[in-house]
Amino acid sequence: MTPAHIRHARLVPASIVPRTLLRVGKHGRRNKSGMTAGLLGLLLLAAPLQADSGLPPAALANTQLRDPAKEAKAQALMITLRCLVCQGQSIADSDADMAGDMRALVRQRIQAGESPDAVRRWLIERYGDYVTYDPPFNGATAALWLAPLAMLLVGAWLARGSFKRKRR
Amino acid sequence: MKRILLWVPFGAFALLFGVVASGLFAPADRTVKSAMVGKALPKFTLPAIIETKPGLGTEAFTQGKPRLLNVFASWCVPCIAEAPNLMRLKAMGVPIDAIAIRDTGPAIRGFLERNGDPYERIGDDKVSAVQLSLGSSGVPETFVIDGQGRIVKQHIGDIRAEDIPAILEALQAAQ
Amino acid sequence: MIAEAGLAALWFAAALAALQLALAAVGVRRSMFSGAAKTGADDVALTSQILSAVRPVAVVQGLLAGLSLLLLIIAFVRSDMSVLLVATNSHSDKPLIYKIAGAWGNHEGSMLLWVTILGLAGGAVAILEHRLQRATLIATLGAQAMIALGFYAFLLFSSNPFARLNPAPVDGNGLNPLLQDPGLAFHPPTLYIGYVGISVAFSFAVGALVTRDVGPAFARAMRPWVLGAWIFLTLGITAGSYWAYYELGWGGWWFWDPVENASLMPWLAATALLHSVTVLATRDGLRAWTVMLAVVAFSMSMIGTFLVRSGILTSVHAFAVDPKRGAFILVLLALYIGGALLLFAARVGTVRQGNTFEPVSREGALVANNLMLSVILGIVLIGTLYPIVAAGMGVQLSVGPPFFDKTAGPIALILVAIMGAGPLLRWRRDEANVVLGRMLVPVAATGITFAACAVLGRGIGILPLLGLSLAVGAGAASVAPLWKRNLRRTPLFTWGMVIAHLGIAVSLFGMASDSAFTKQTLVAARIGEPQRVGPFTVTLDHIRPVIGPNWSALEATLTVRRGDGAAFTLRPQSRFFASPPTVTSESAIATKIDGQLYTVLGQEDEQGRWQLRLWWKPFVTLIWLGGALIALGGLLSLLGRVRRERRVATREDEA
Repeated sequence: MTPAHIRHARLVPASIVPRTLLRVGKHGRRNKSGMTAGLLGLLLLAAPLQADSGLPPAALANTQLRDPAKEAKAQALMITLRCLVCQGQSIADSDADMAGDMRALVRQRIQAGESPDAVRRWLIERYGDYVTYDPPFNGATAALWLAPLAMLLVGAWLARGSFKRKRR
Repeated sequence: MKRILLWVPFGAFALLFGVVASGLFAPADRTVKSAMVGKALPKFTLPAIIETKPGLGTEAFTQGKPRLLNVFASWCVPCIAEAPNLMRLKAMGVPIDAIAIRDTGPAIRGFLERNGDPYERIGDDKVSAVQLSLGSSGVPETFVIDGQGRIVKQHIGDIRAEDIPAILEALQAAQ
Repeated sequence: MIAEAGLAALWFAAALAALQLALAAVGVRRSMFSGAAKTGADDVALTSQILSAVRPVAVVQGLLAGLSLLLLIIAFVRSDMSVLLVATNSHSDKPLIYKIAGAWGNHEGSMLLWVTILGLAGGAVAILEHRLQRATLIATLGAQAMIALGFYAFLLFSSNPFARLNPAPVDGNGLNPLLQDPGLAFHPPTLYIGYVGISVAFSFAVGALVTRDVGPAFARAMRPWVLGAWIFLTLGITAGSYWAYYELGWGGWWFWDPVENASLMPWLAATALLHSVTVLATRDGLRAWTVMLAVVAFSMSMIGTFLVRSGILTSVHAFAVDPKRGAFILVLLALYIGGALLLFAARVGTVRQGNTFEPVSREGALVANNLMLSVILGIVLIGTLYPIVAAGMGVQLSVGPPFFDKTAGPIALILVAIMGAGPLLRWRRDEANVVLGRMLVPVAATGITFAACAVLGRGIGILPLLGLSLAVGAGAASVAPLWKRNLRRTPLFTWGMVIAHLGIAVSLFGMASDSAFTKQTLVAARIGEPQRVGPFTVTLDHIRPVIGPNWSALEATLTVRRGDGAAFTLRPQSRFFASPPTVTSESAIATKIDGQLYTVLGQEDEQGRWQLRLWWKPFVTLIWLGGALIALGGLLSLLGRVRRERRVATREDEA
């Protein structure tokens, strides 16, 4: 079920080996600059299906904010945002270019003083609830969030049956 | 009352089975759609990426006539496939602007030379900032914007011959 | 020839499974209705013969399935490219160990591994189980055969591992270097032994329901199998987590990924089951719980198999996206689980009786334990499948770590508290204030840790804080049963309990410590410029190219110093593979007594600086050390129980 269009730095394995139990978090093949190729002096294969932009990551994609409190807030937010071009990773855990750009966006906005909630809301406005790993509480997700409590109560009630009935 | 309780596990399993089977037989759509469809185009200004084409800003879309906004890149393979269809749309008189994602001038020039140039303007989005603000999650994607700067439709993936009528319809309806 | 022999062995095994089921069904039915007036000596003798035939059939079936797997492995070892599976998944240049592992590193081969373990386990039950009432044992073997038949059908009709490829290619496709990792090679069989071992518990439960023999004898027979499967599941999950941690380059060890959840759910059910089965074995209580948990555990393992192969959920782990195969497994699932649940409802009378007990008692704690584990299981199940439900409502959403941490986290903490208190409670009836007296030291330890961490560690979240405190308290409580005991004369299974519970506390401490105290530094480093992470100073000395057997890499030399201590070197790499073209990052990890320094090399930027990702993770190794302890505790428990059963059997024989 490959999407019709190539997403940023999506690894499209040409091999037919199934991706058995493999967490390929390394999306994106790096197109090394000429300098590195020269450094290696080796035949670096030019990947035929180049699904990578070749531009370096955005400034704040892989650098922390100077203010540790802000960086902590940004980090806490990033691990809850979904990488849109990956197979189930947060933007904090992904090598994909778009994930890097999203990290840069998060850090930039938090540095500018926005609250993590505001940044999350901005992204949800653009991508829907899919982009957050923390599903909001609304009509569609009420069953999800209430289920734990419901199960606890039902289970406790069922467990009563195992206990001795106190007879007065 | 107790009798009913015994059938609860079976009922729960039936529910579970139903959910799982529905996932199998009605497979979920894996594309990530933009939630900005129907809303106003976010304000942005992008510089030009090559000298021969001006950069792109929101004002271009508030001139009264519906336009297409194509999100593409020179390193994107399906973009090559959709280029002929974009040329066809241009030949039909549809105005098309573009945003180039994470790209460089020389690469874009080469791409346009090889695949044709249907664009009036191309904006340079080196860090996907505008792409993120549109709710676009990959390349290529095409947005139909009405004359007042509202996003009317999003087409995900390359534009194939069979997609052209739907796009023309959307442009027509946006007038 | 070998492939055809393998296929023939598989067909024979399937035929024997059918025979096993038929004999068991007829035999059990006859023995259960043997009270009828018409039964004469001949009828009884015939019934006896039918029942006796089942055991050898089970053994031979298992051996034939094993032979089939062996022949497949031989085909892989010889790189027989005329076998389709070998051509698509192997290559003559692969090291031997990966050729062997390649046999089960694909859909068909892993299904063959599944039926082999199923058959061998059934055979082992047939040989080793002597104390269970015969009819129940035969019913169990019949249930086992029924499960096996479904999977044989799956294999033979839709996933033939021995299909031929004509003309045979010169060499195979399967040289993907990313799959050639020892962890990745042996992770599947470990988990499979766990998954399939649970099926034995399921078969016992079905057998006991059929013959209305849900009691201590059945529990004692089932217990070692539950323990064995559980040990392997624990090891498989622990190893998988550690592999993901060191291989993926971001320092994470659990992602609540659907396939990870699919391995966790049977483990949760099996943990509840193994506690429940002890109550049934010793006190004849919790009959309904035990049977239901056995059914749930197996259904979770089947759902896991389904999720990995069907493609209905997005996951990097997805094995093979084939809805047709998924549908087959789904049908098997419906038959087995639906059938078992119907049987449960029909035979509820058998499970209704059983002893009851006071709420404040060891049994009460075990019921609470079962309840908490079941709720966590439910949360994981619902959270994993909810995106499908939402899609049905037209909503696209993601459920990930924030949901699971907020819902399962607190319940897990409550569970750990119960785990601490449980072993200190008396069976049948105990008094609350007396228990609290016994718990004084652990509770104090919890309180002190809480206060210390709250004061010394600013900004630690409430969940990690509680995790740390409860881990210390539970650790103290887990060794409490050993206080004032003659350690030499403490039974092995008590040691097992202590060590397993201690393992949980240790693991929890590691998890909480990782959440609370990890320090991260992401930086674009210049050569020679020192960077700080936690108590360490890391300096990038140089980057040089390195060549490996099938890869080339850029290796960074990092000089690391802790305070004024001696310097040591770490060499993280960025590796390039040619076929298929991939880039991986090989992290360099330094393990110290109090944590791990985790370093990753990234890309170079335009200014000649190199991206470095550095983490200092205090006590993170305790996570997997704890997992190993849990498995060890299980092993000691298993050995202790087996030894006890042998001793009792000998005594009975002598009596």
